[in-house]
Amino acid sequence: MALDDTKRDFKVIGQRVVRPDGIDKVTGKAQYGADLILPGMLWGAVVRSPHAHAKILKIDASEALKLDGVEAVVTRADFVEQKGDNFADNLDNIMAGKKALYDGHAVAAVAATSQRLANKAAKLVKVEYEILPHVTEVDEAMKADAPVLHEGRKYTGAPAGSGPNVTHYQDYGHGDLDAGFAKADMVIERSFKSEGVHQGYIEPHACVANYNTDGRGETWVCTQGPFMIRDFTAAFNGFNISQVRVTPSEIGGGFGGKAHIFIEPVAAALSKKTGRPVKMAMTRSEVLRATGPTISGHIDVKIGMKKDGTITAGYLGMRAQGGAYPSGTVDMATQAAFAAYDLENVKSEGWNVVTNRPKEAAYRAPGAPLGVWGVESVLDELCQELNLDPMEVRIKNAAKKGTKSSYGPTFDDMGLLTALEAAKAHPHWNAPLDGPNKGRGLSCGFWFNFGGATSVSLQINSDGTASVTEGNPDIGGSRASISMMAAETLGLPFEKVRTIVADTNSIGFNQETNGSRVTFAVGLATIKAAEAAIKVMCGRAAKIWGIDEEAVDWVDGAAVPSGPNAGDFPPMTLAEIAKVAVQTGGPIAGHHEVTADGAGVSFGVHIADVEVDPETGKTTVLRYTAFQDAGKAIHPDYVEGQMQGGAVQGIGWALNEEYIYGADGRLQNDGFLDYRIPVASDLPMIDAVILEIPNPGHPYGVRGVGETGIVPPLAAIGNAVSRATGVRMTKLPMSPPTVLKAIS
Amino acid sequence: MRFEQPKTVNDAVSLLADADGLTRVLAGGTDVLVQLRLGMVEPDLVVDIKAIPGMRDITEENGGFTIGAAVSGAELGEHAKLVAAYPGVVEGMELVGSTQVQGRATLTGNLCNASPAADSVPAMIAADAIATIAGPDGPREVPVADIAIGPGKTSLKKGEIITSFHLPARPANASDAYLRFIPRTEMDIAVASAAVNLTLKEGKVVAAKIVLGAVAPTAVTVPAAADAIIGTALDDASLDAMAKACEAACNPITDKRGTIEFRTKTAGTLAKRAAKIAFARAGGKS
Ligand SMILES: Cc1cc2nc3c(=O)[nH]c(=O)nc-3n(C[C@H](O)[C@H](O)[C@H](O)COP(=O)(O)OP(=O)(O)OC[C@H]3O[C@@H](n4cnc5c(N)ncnc54)[C@H](O)[C@@H]3O)c2cc1C
Repeated sequence: MALDDTKRDFKVIGQRVVRPDGIDKVTGKAQYGADLILPGMLWGAVVRSPHAHAKILKIDASEALKLDGVEAVVTRADFVEQKGDNFADNLDNIMAGKKALYDGHAVAAVAATSQRLANKAAKLVKVEYEILPHVTEVDEAMKADAPVLHEGRKYTGAPAGSGPNVTHYQDYGHGDLDAGFAKADMVIERSFKSEGVHQGYIEPHACVANYNTDGRGETWVCTQGPFMIRDFTAAFNGFNISQVRVTPSEIGGGFGGKAHIFIEPVAAALSKKTGRPVKMAMTRSEVLRATGPTISGHIDVKIGMKKDGTITAGYLGMRAQGGAYPSGTVDMATQAAFAAYDLENVKSEGWNVVTNRPKEAAYRAPGAPLGVWGVESVLDELCQELNLDPMEVRIKNAAKKGTKSSYGPTFDDMGLLTALEAAKAHPHWNAPLDGPNKGRGLSCGFWFNFGGATSVSLQINSDGTASVTEGNPDIGGSRASISMMAAETLGLPFEKVRTIVADTNSIGFNQETNGSRVTFAVGLATIKAAEAAIKVMCGRAAKIWGIDEEAVDWVDGAAVPSGPNAGDFPPMTLAEIAKVAVQTGGPIAGHHEVTADGAGVSFGVHIADVEVDPETGKTTVLRYTAFQDAGKAIHPDYVEGQMQGGAVQGIGWALNEEYIYGADGRLQNDGFLDYRIPVASDLPMIDAVILEIPNPGHPYGVRGVGETGIVPPLAAIGNAVSRATGVRMTKLPMSPPTVLKAIS
Repeated sequence: MRFEQPKTVNDAVSLLADADGLTRVLAGGTDVLVQLRLGMVEPDLVVDIKAIPGMRDITEENGGFTIGAAVSGAELGEHAKLVAAYPGVVEGMELVGSTQVQGRATLTGNLCNASPAADSVPAMIAADAIATIAGPDGPREVPVADIAIGPGKTSLKKGEIITSFHLPARPANASDAYLRFIPRTEMDIAVASAAVNLTLKEGKVVAAKIVLGAVAPTAVTVPAAADAIIGTALDDASLDAMAKACEAACNPITDKRGTIEFRTKTAGTLAKRAAKIAFARAGGKS
């Protein structure tokens, strides 16, 4: 695709316009998942297994149903059994079948006339369990004699001879590792271990389902994927997709965790059974116990380096768990691990194993932070041992256009070297670290980025404004960015465009808001939809002027004759054309449906300064700077916001966040008091430096920026703490007790 | 659930004394309401004491202070004389929660919730604070140290409420300090904590009280730690001895918030640091 557009002077793109959803959000007007109340509405509550692993022998809801105001109970028997792993596993996850597979696994649900009553009824549902031995730790779960989660299930992806819980193996790489290590002046091998971490979105999952007993109805829900909710809700309840209309609410964060199905088909089942609207909202405890943390596990890394900093070979192996159902996220960890480097000899391999933990859900660049943490930690240690500048070593080995990546594809234009050079020249990198117990860490990060199936429609209104309809919930300010791209293309000011996120009946299919895809793919489809409308408008001007359609160009929001030969007419503005649209042939609109390719890889570089209290092991982040290639920053505030948010989540992951399981297999810290995400006062201002190396795959050069920011922090902080303490950190989180133990 | 807001201490006491079932006194409500919402308790009667005259007053008498049971953390922090006399007590209370929580949370609730990690309790004990209690058998005065008897348990009898605390008048060159350890910077529960109250004469410690939090079922007073610094100007050796005495007095558990090892070591570290702060506040020069 031509990149000429990226060199032009943009009028709207690149401005920091006021976010259109901002006022509603700060005044409390915005409607989130739990905000909808309908006449006659019931309230739902889920009965959850207190056991990590148990056979469900019997469910007796008679006591609950005796309560006045308790209207319905559903169990697995109320859902349609599914074929195919994805649908079958998701159904089993949202409503257990023969076994409960983790603490918090749903086994039944009730609907009643108040939340209090529903909660009370849920406690009265008697579930008879036969408790089974459980396993929550990766290496334990991999053993041949481990408790088996899915008896008799054969995993085609597992290597021969694996234990009964191993679901998957995959490797990547090229070259000859042994030859590479032989050429090295130094080889370092380290084993790392991470704990489960949750996305930690502020808004718990919530929905209102309003169905008739005939299977026609609506769901209102906070989600990253209304079409995904629609398809699962229909399948699990035996509805026809066309009868299910899903409207996404405003969303209080998701980070991948809301790209999955949980309570929504359950609310629909309760609604279908009662014929009344049913609201369900999770508590924080339910969110932590039963929705997706990301994968965790053990990572072994071995890297060889020459005295001059050249990496001669790199190996990474990861043994991961993704909860109670098969997961392939480990592949993204192993593919991303070495992606930042141009290597002759590289291999990464990963295993997945099922454990008695909640089903893994996507989390911002799923898997990548872990693989990159391992690699960047060992690289840093090699730099320390060989007395090399960690920045120069990264620059020396950096992948660039034409590099055959460690996971296969050959890279196109990309911004890693630009980001490294910018970091090297930045005052942060060059500032002295004064005082003892301080350290500076550096890390690169990579994410694939994604395009995906996308539909946009755009109408030109009679007053010269434009309305854009899209189907991807706006998590990071995308309605503003999409309006900006529409305005830029049409030649309108930003204020004359409004973008809404529509329900699933009002727009064509869209994949979820994930994979850093929305500004890229929805933006691309918006530009195409605007171009389609422009074509119509040029046609109308041609008709009015009585000249050929091809002889009309679109310049600065107006139709103009393409040259002196075309005729001499003054420009006809969008508003003028729109005003007479009905008389000149009908309403003017454009739409575009595409599976967008060319998302373009994304790289970032982070620098962290920390101070470690040698007497308590507590780490304070003193200064933090993130560099990232945005291709073209449509709305720089939102790009910075993504970089800062990613960095902060990564810092939380690095320092304090962890799923803590007791010996009984129950989650010990199912609240934000003990599941410690960072609070504002824990952090310095995260400095965000945007770099713009246009993505050839997008008309304006856009590259997704949503995920890469969480990839470098684990190693940036880990390397900083290791340098501050003089001890290499290999365990996450680097919480005070862990660090104190390591240094004393 | 019944909710009452009596106007007198006697009414509050009789409501509680006569009630069947589970009762809760509501001071700031920052523990009670959270427990209600989490479904941890479902009291039959809640008695709000904030409408009782005097409950929200701080009065100064002969250099000492009487603090009403419903005085909030924010109100404590705005009382300049109290802050000057007992900076450690005030800073302990001010660590509780956030700005919003500070507008409500009280010393009384913090004490009667009886969490081993309660932030205002160690400094109150170190300050020799006395609680005034009203009850069906009349009023009594009890050292704060004797109120909490285990996690979630107090020595208050049915129908008894705390009406105020008294902090005694201070000699010259006396001060206090409180420090807690949390993995974050706020909105967290102490993993270990230490309060130090001391009096100086001619640059040396002549009286001291050291109390640790979150390292045992209730706050622990450590006389051996006080002995280690009495007679000194907090030289390194005496501070180390004090920290050792603190470590020896710890009886913590390992849980999601910290290990035995970590809590023990950190209690000693915090006691040292708090002692230095209290020493400097009392006018000591090291
Ligand atoms: C967001 C948040 C953060 C917090 N952070 C901290 C923290 O950092 N450190 C900390 O220590 N605590 C913390 N807390 C806990 C709580 O705020 C404190 O314990 C607070 O001091 C309780 O005071 P209150 O007046 O709100 O108590 P209430 O909730 O009103 O009462 C607490 C208990 O005391 C009893 N009670 C109250 N008044 C009396 C009385 N007059 N006589 C007898 N019994 C009485 C009640 O029955 C109840 O059992 C936090 C709470 C929240 C919600």
